[in-house]
Amino acid sequence: MMKVYLDHNATTPLDPQVLEAMMPYLREEFGNASSIHQWGRRARAALEDSRVKIAALLGADKDCVVFTGGGTEADNLAIKGVAWANQDKGRHIVTSTVEHHAVLHTCEFLAKQGFEITFLPVDGKGRLDPEDLRKAIRPDTILVTLMHANNETGALFPLREIGQIAKEKKVPFHTDAIQTFCKVPLNVEEDHVDLLSLSAHKIYGPKGVGALYIRKGTKMVATLHGGSQERKRRPGTENVAGAVGFSRAAELLFADREKEGNRLSTLRDQLQRGLMEKIPQVLLNGDPDHRLPGTLNMSFEFVEGESLILSLDMEGIAVSSGSACTSGSLEPSHVLLAMGIPHEVCHGSLRFSLGRGTTKEQIDYVLEVLPRIVARLRAMSPLAQT
Amino acid sequence: MYSEKVMEHFTNPRNVGEIENADGVGLVGNPVCGDVMKLFIKVEDGKIADVKFKTFGCGAAIATSSMVTEMVKGKTLEEALAISNKAVAEALDGLPPNKMHCSNLAADALHKAIEDYRDKVKTKA
Repeated sequence: MMKVYLDHNATTPLDPQVLEAMMPYLREEFGNASSIHQWGRRARAALEDSRVKIAALLGADKDCVVFTGGGTEADNLAIKGVAWANQDKGRHIVTSTVEHHAVLHTCEFLAKQGFEITFLPVDGKGRLDPEDLRKAIRPDTILVTLMHANNETGALFPLREIGQIAKEKKVPFHTDAIQTFCKVPLNVEEDHVDLLSLSAHKIYGPKGVGALYIRKGTKMVATLHGGSQERKRRPGTENVAGAVGFSRAAELLFADREKEGNRLSTLRDQLQRGLMEKIPQVLLNGDPDHRLPGTLNMSFEFVEGESLILSLDMEGIAVSSGSACTSGSLEPSHVLLAMGIPHEVCHGSLRFSLGRGTTKEQIDYVLEVLPRIVARLRAMSPLAQT
Repeated sequence: MYSEKVMEHFTNPRNVGEIENADGVGLVGNPVCGDVMKLFIKVEDGKIADVKFKTFGCGAAIATSSMVTEMVKGKTLEEALAISNKAVAEALDGLPPNKMHCSNLAADALHKAIEDYRDKVKTKA
């Protein structure tokens, strides 16, 4: 039995070098970064150093980067912050049907407050047509929020084209880049992005810290109130250790991104090919041509996702699923449903998200184990032809 | 998340299969919801002589199907009808609250199979 973690889109292990970089700020350098004395000044220096590093990786100015308590918080700050600050200009927001819940539920919350939300559709492969965005923008549109890559299927949206359209129409553009930062090319100038959400724990950094890039001049309000940290955009004593860990993790992943991206897509393609060869009646979910290098979403007909996960878990393999049983609600993945995938096929979906620790040996092991599991569950299923 | 008993029934489910020319068949759930259970019974002298199931669903769905077949074998139809979803869940040392509806499905499949049997008997008579 091998331990194979293939759920990197859910979270990633902390890189040992990241832990090492964080340690001083968890131990002797515990100062409050806003304090005037030397403990504070040393903490402040580390915080600002981290800010500079992350900004540089985005092609941004350091004053535009705000540290938050995670990616979800960054999404909330971006969307609510811009919506509430600009509601006298208009109350229309454009987003998509496949956004992460942090964006979707925030938009739904604003809808209850009287904002109007347009949810742009995607096609069967999860692709967005930028022309749909152009048509959807109105004089009263105050925000466009569209993710860079989908966390379930890995499908990439055409960021630059979207940014270009929003820029032409003079509407602030926010993107949730949580799954793409340090993995695929991303530059706030070249991609015409006004706001951008990031999260550390998706890139081998610590949980509980993220960041929001905010283009200078973007009219917005804060969602939290308190002290004047982060230029009042996000009050609260700064998580210096978290920020240090975040920037170290980002540096390490960015340096390696092309090599690692190729390595992951090779392994991912091997897994995809292998599963399609060894198991009948499997379907690929998502755009095979424009997706994150390490993400694979497939459906296994006539069997259900949670029972697949349990069986794989017993063999040491960790994955996730789009089935209703794993979402905690009665509906399966909203992303897969938005792609027009039938309910029962959504229930039989698995997401494999590869990462740094993934090896060919592990992929071979999965290819050995999963066909047996699917066969066993199909033999029990009233939907499978015997 | 799941008790040892649930995992045991999930890993080694009892009475998986179909009965050709079954005396009663109960089909509940639907693929859209993510849960389908098909239960087959063979009735002799008012007792459930044989029972088999096929299930599309999560760990709890498979475990509750398996458990209900184990509970019902050899019982009279009246005893079988008295088996509730609570009883199935208890026999499995409990289910997480959001999985209790799976035990409903198992009890319902059994009751439907018995109903089907009684309908068939009426039609023959």
